[in-house]
Amino acid sequence: MFPSRFRYEAPHSLDEAIGLLHDGGDYVKVLAGGQSLVPMMKLRFASPDMLVDINNLPGLAYHRTDPDGSLRIGALCRHADLERSDLLKGTQPTMAAAAPLVADPLVRNRGTLVGSLCHADPQGDWASVMLALGGSVIAQGPGGKRAIPMAEFVTGPFQNVLEHDEIAVEAVVPAARGVRSGGYLKLERRVGDFATVGVAVALETSGTSVVRAGIALTGVGGSTIGATEAAAALTGQPLTPDSISQAAELAAAAAQPRTDHRGTAEYKRQLVRVFVKRILAAGPATAATGEPAERAA
Amino acid sequence: MTMVVDDLGDEAADEFPVRRIKFSINGKKKAAEIEPRLLLADLIRRGVGLTGTHRGCDTTNCGACTVLVDGRAIKSCTMLAVQVDGHEVTTVEGLATASELHPIQEGFKQEHGLQCGFCTPGMMLAAKELLDRNPDPTEEDVRWAISGNLCRCTGYQNIVKSVLWAAEKLRAEG
Repeated sequence: MFPSRFRYEAPHSLDEAIGLLHDGGDYVKVLAGGQSLVPMMKLRFASPDMLVDINNLPGLAYHRTDPDGSLRIGALCRHADLERSDLLKGTQPTMAAAAPLVADPLVRNRGTLVGSLCHADPQGDWASVMLALGGSVIAQGPGGKRAIPMAEFVTGPFQNVLEHDEIAVEAVVPAARGVRSGGYLKLERRVGDFATVGVAVALETSGTSVVRAGIALTGVGGSTIGATEAAAALTGQPLTPDSISQAAELAAAAAQPRTDHRGTAEYKRQLVRVFVKRILAAGPATAATGEPAERAA
Repeated sequence: MTMVVDDLGDEAADEFPVRRIKFSINGKKKAAEIEPRLLLADLIRRGVGLTGTHRGCDTTNCGACTVLVDGRAIKSCTMLAVQVDGHEVTTVEGLATASELHPIQEGFKQEHGLQCGFCTPGMMLAAKELLDRNPDPTEEDVRWAISGNLCRCTGYQNIVKSVLWAAEKLRAEG
């Protein structure tokens, strides 16, 4: 299999890349890691007229904490960089738990977090993680930069709000208001398969009280689902068995699973319930070490 | 290297120009003129003529086409050949010297790490990246590193043993 013909451009500056997108016509795609785009082009699900390969753009392969405490992930930061990141292990338990569960090691060497967010696959792990963390995407176009909250970034399966001449240059996780804990659990039939169910939980705790909570669900709806009511049930109080149970029930209720070859709707809903409980049962104290809760559920 | 591309006529050729790329493969410098849609696996197999890189599923699942690009193991069916312009590619043919197997290859021989052999080149290159990064892996580390490579024969047990054998040999050699 090979893709249909396309024009290929590999600019060396961001301005040039945005110019190519601006002038490039109706169907231009940005190529970063290509681990979803290239397979889709080979299957002819996608046949763009032009690819703008951003791999030669300088200064986008970073992930770092800014002085304001926010975490910034550049458009060319690969999954594998995040998987091996001591920074994440120390400060971002939900991300550190998710990074080794994305696809498989070979795909992680090439694919990018920002690309995964843009691809907006309902099965994408990073979208759930970023949604749970209250993250945003920085888009850059001819008119400058704008920040798009993750909750508004994805509009449906494989759809995002980027303009045709905008590039997602960065993902941002805001500074924590408390001590971070949480995790990401995913059930997959084998490594690299689409998630049967994935659950991201991100907590920030001050003293014993949860000051911010985010819960998001992978693979149980037409797009990533933010379980906002479940998260609200945790905030403003210490974690208790009751609040955990309530959050688990609300998250299961927020899921919109469909029966398919990976399991029945009820099975998937039960998995959401169990995963929320399992992540929260680790509690702020242990989860805050940032060790991945489990490599695979 | 021979790479035959479609003659589109002048007008279309302007729209879809052939790209000239330079890269190195197993330490040898190469130049090629290719269509941008050519996949790396095809550049290696049909262009360079190295058929140790296998095309298995062709859908980013199986890992039989694994090669190293700048030392990182990737699926060559899922990368455009034009993207290795200026980069270094290592295939299974780059592991052995003229007279000696690479310790990873020796490990697969000693521990019977292959049956049909189709997945083996990909397994070896995934192992190469692991051992370059982590000379003393646990069994769990090895299983994790080859989790993107499918084998339908061995049940993986002997592949894991082979990689651990190679790790020990490489450490002994210093």
